[in-house]
Amino acid sequence: MATESQRDAGPRRGAARQKTAWRVLLDSYVAHHRKTARQSFQRLIAQPLTSGMTWLVMGIALALPMGLLLLLSSLQGVSAGWESTARVTLYLEQSADQAQLQALAAKVGSRPDVSDVAVIPRDEALAEFRASSGLSDALDYLESNPLPHTVMATPAEPVRTPEGVEALVGELRQLEAVAQVQVDLGWLQRLSTMTELLGRVVWTLALLLAVALVLVIGNTIRLAIESRRDEILVSKLVGGTNAFVRRPFLYTGVWYGLGGGLCAWILLVVSFWWLSGPVGRLASLYRSDFVLAGLSFADGLLMLVFSALLGWLGAWVAVKRHLDAIEPSQIDSA
Amino acid sequence: MIEFDRVSKRYDGGYTALKGVSFAMDRGEMAFLTGHSGAGKSTLLKLMTVMERPSAGNVLVGGQALNRLRPRQVPFLRRHIGVVFQNHQLLFDRTVFDNVAMPLEVIGAPPGEIGRRVRAALDKVGLLNKERMNPIALSGGEQQRVGIARAVVNKPPLLLADEPTGNLDPELSADIMQLFEQFSQVGVTVLVASHDAELVRAMGNRVLTLREGELVSGGASPREQLHGH
Repeated sequence: MATESQRDAGPRRGAARQKTAWRVLLDSYVAHHRKTARQSFQRLIAQPLTSGMTWLVMGIALALPMGLLLLLSSLQGVSAGWESTARVTLYLEQSADQAQLQALAAKVGSRPDVSDVAVIPRDEALAEFRASSGLSDALDYLESNPLPHTVMATPAEPVRTPEGVEALVGELRQLEAVAQVQVDLGWLQRLSTMTELLGRVVWTLALLLAVALVLVIGNTIRLAIESRRDEILVSKLVGGTNAFVRRPFLYTGVWYGLGGGLCAWILLVVSFWWLSGPVGRLASLYRSDFVLAGLSFADGLLMLVFSALLGWLGAWVAVKRHLDAIEPSQIDSA
Repeated sequence: MIEFDRVSKRYDGGYTALKGVSFAMDRGEMAFLTGHSGAGKSTLLKLMTVMERPSAGNVLVGGQALNRLRPRQVPFLRRHIGVVFQNHQLLFDRTVFDNVAMPLEVIGAPPGEIGRRVRAALDKVGLLNKERMNPIALSGGEQQRVGIARAVVNKPPLLLADEPTGNLDPELSADIMQLFEQFSQVGVTVLVASHDAELVRAMGNRVLTLREGELVSGGASPREQLHGH
């Protein structure tokens, strides 16, 4: 029994040793990556002014297109929200009375192509206008209420297309006591065209700034390579692979990217907080539920990943162009 | 360990540094490479670490034909060759320990092993108590010994030195040469380029002499003589 268990232990110990050797290799590889990352970061911290400026430049260049994109998506939210609830407004003749208003509302409301109906009696409309326009003094001089009764109809889902709404408007216009039918699609179409145009402008800007960022990082890394020329020579001399020599610079690029992304995040949060008050007031003046949507946490993280990637890419470009050119044959042996 | 077969090196400018150099060295052999400055000593050493490529002829190191070595294989060759320079090429932005540790960092050695081997190498050159210092604070002789510790920390089978005693006084130079001798005694092939004729004579090793790119003496090797007979 004893010999058997001993014989068993032999190969198991061997396998364990093999696994340990493999683990040791992996651990030291990971440890080296961690060390390189830490040292690259410490180098940046050791030059706070230079690094801070680079981070800020990156932050601004990222925050600008990102802020515009957020604004754009807020605007698209507005037009999407209004397109789905594009309401048809029926203004009644001045002579129409309350009974006619209710009858019309009931008639319109019973139509299959109308999902919802709201009524604004002329007195209510005047009170509201008085409250919101600031013209109450002027209104006092009027002998009678100039505003008509209004019925607002929301088209049912199947007819919420430009053609469907147009047909509905045509039929509603034929109804008795209706003076005017209005549907406000024109400005929505203009808004959506404008947001589309703005979208292209923003994406072009984002693309150009991304290229600029890669170049900025590339140039910064080029300077870092120049200042660490001796170290690169010695690394290559003692058998450092290109990957080994590149690694600290690629990490430096990633740190620049991450720092820039963080700067951009802070800039966005601060500027959106600063803008949210006035935007809210403006929106309420337009009776819009428009909300300036800030950077969500997930989008922020995505931006960080993206900026880290840009930093890495910039470093890669610089490293490819400048690092491979440094060869130990340039060591001056004299 | 080393075989040069009619090796020539012509630089782009038309200058010929080596002309048809042939020699061989065995494992554990120690030899000197002498000649006036500009005779091609540095070029010959650079060919062995593929810092330069020959214009003609073949160089074999450890049985590996360097002509056929692809650029991405070069680092792995260099890990088996320790190189010592006249100006030692130490980095003054890190400690003695970190300088010596570089060849081990490059191969991804585990931290514990790095510590053990760096201290062993520093102990060998007698600088164990200076591991935390910046090499800039050391004397010329001590700096050169740090350079040697870095060259041998990885236990390479081949050690090359280019004028390792060029900046040192005779006494320190003799110490350094003794150190090289000790490495060759444990099986390391050592080739030292030096123009210090007196020191070279005193050591009594094989001497390869270059004159204007041609090997004028010491070219025969034990192995070649064996083949010849």
